[in-house]
Amino acid sequence: MSTALSTTVPEAPDTPFVLPRWHWARKHATLILGALLLLAVAALSIAAPWVATADPQDIDPLARMQAPSAAHYFGTDALGRDVFSRAVWGGRVSMIVGLWVGVLATLLGVLLGLLAGFVRWADSAVMRVMDGLMAIPGILLAIALMAVTRASLTTVVVAIAVPEIPRVVRLVRSLSLTLREQLYVEAAHAVGTRLPTILLCHVLPNMVAPLIVQATFVAAAAVLTEAALSFLGVGIPAQTPSWGNMMAEGRNFVAVAFHIILYPGLLLASTVLAINLLGDGLRDALDPRLARQL
Amino acid sequence: MGYLLRRLLSTVPVMAVVAVVVFLLIHLSPGDPAALIAGDLATGEDIDKLRVALGLNQPLWQQFALWLGRLASGDLGTSIFTQVPVTQLLAQRLEPTASIAAFTMLLTLLVAVPLGTLAAYRAGSWIDRAVMLFAVLAFSVPVFMIGYLLVYTFAIQLAWLPVQGYSRFADGIGAWLRSLVLPCINLALVYIALVTRMTRATVLEVLHEDYIRTARAKGLGVLPVLGHALRNAAIPIATTIGVGIALLIGGVVVTETVFAIPGVGRLVIDSVQRHDYPVIQSVLLLSAGVYVLINLLIDLSYRLFDPRIQY
Repeated sequence: MSTALSTTVPEAPDTPFVLPRWHWARKHATLILGALLLLAVAALSIAAPWVATADPQDIDPLARMQAPSAAHYFGTDALGRDVFSRAVWGGRVSMIVGLWVGVLATLLGVLLGLLAGFVRWADSAVMRVMDGLMAIPGILLAIALMAVTRASLTTVVVAIAVPEIPRVVRLVRSLSLTLREQLYVEAAHAVGTRLPTILLCHVLPNMVAPLIVQATFVAAAAVLTEAALSFLGVGIPAQTPSWGNMMAEGRNFVAVAFHIILYPGLLLASTVLAINLLGDGLRDALDPRLARQL
Repeated sequence: MGYLLRRLLSTVPVMAVVAVVVFLLIHLSPGDPAALIAGDLATGEDIDKLRVALGLNQPLWQQFALWLGRLASGDLGTSIFTQVPVTQLLAQRLEPTASIAAFTMLLTLLVAVPLGTLAAYRAGSWIDRAVMLFAVLAFSVPVFMIGYLLVYTFAIQLAWLPVQGYSRFADGIGAWLRSLVLPCINLALVYIALVTRMTRATVLEVLHEDYIRTARAKGLGVLPVLGHALRNAAIPIATTIGVGIALLIGGVVVTETVFAIPGVGRLVIDSVQRHDYPVIQSVLLLSAGVYVLINLLIDLSYRLFDPRIQY
């Protein structure tokens, strides 16, 4: 019987079915575009010491507010510093803040979200605190946190991460409520698997995709918030070149030297756009069902 | 009525958490709150005096109870820098901020809802793509960058509108409106992007419903059909508008700095540089209160959109 069956199985065709060329690339155009753009900005800021044409802190009173030229690609600012070199170094601040806020807010959000989703008595307490935190506009909370600490890269990262945590907690909790009812979780529980093991081996792996997507959106928001804080004068210390600081310094010269604000602003916008595109692309690629939730 | 009461009560824990967070803010900081408030130039004696004056030498829970009691009687404390009651300080700054927020909201509703509906109705067309592209861009370009582009183009190059500053309502409606145009457009862009995206998504979903097909089949025109669709899509849109209030309040702070408008947002930033904590705390409380109140009103308005909802 089995031999009879095997003869009916059609042989593999000579030319196997192949997806049209570039099919993958076309399907994930947003993802690729975002990733490439972000890689470019990241490469530029990592290579800052070699790419920068001048010392970002070098003051030249004779070359103040010069328009973009071959000597100064993005022109010079009010103190005669090279805007291009400062912008390249400033990218490092944005990259670091985006990365760390994304990681920090996601880690803390996962811990609190799992606590709320799987530990019954903690649920309403955690969620009420999150509701309260969400009622305070994020940037105001970050400003207030900066007001009580000494301005530094670390305090900026923490101040931006705290208001982002509730969003992650809500996502993790709602995912937990669904996953908790899954048969494999119930089965693991039934055979006596302890809760930490269930969470680590059965629940978390099923959350990775939406969490990565959420983390990218958190990172994009963080880059924008850092720039806004620095622009308002309550973020990264003023002597550090960051895109927000550069735009704050160019504020009083909008009418005469718009390039001081324009170039850091364009770099900032492209970076955030890149992260947002990456997030949109990842969401569509990793989990199409998620597209409607986020 | 029972629902109204329950919904009202549900704001209590939220505001309680806000109050605790705002109160603990200066106590969370590493170091002595009295020294923090006194600033860098204070002597040890000054700090001790201040500590007693502000009641910072009492146990934490007693301080909190005292502070809550004063809040309940409408006393937000005294500004450390200007020595003026915070309520008075806020009252002076409220007009510009409230004007910007109100007009931004109006502009958003007028633009975002029709735009989102159009994008959904013509899903997949170039209009839809353009709208979605605009939404992604508006989320990515920082508010202050757009602000300066607007100032540079419309105020400096074209000289159509005042560059910066704010003209009070009492000083003439024309000047008041002119000083609001650019800040409101600036602030509205992100908000429009948010609401447009939500409107498009919900209307798109509703357009597949049976009753829409019936409405079309009986020969109803495009506008009445979209009217049916919008009414059924109203609740998620209203919810998004409510959640977006946080975005709006946060944006006001930045916009006021770009356009040099002496509003509440500017007050916060000045207060951070002056270590004026009572003012910062009060603005946090006020904005959280506004957020909670507007979301409460939106929740209660659901019934207007959908009479089937039983509270």
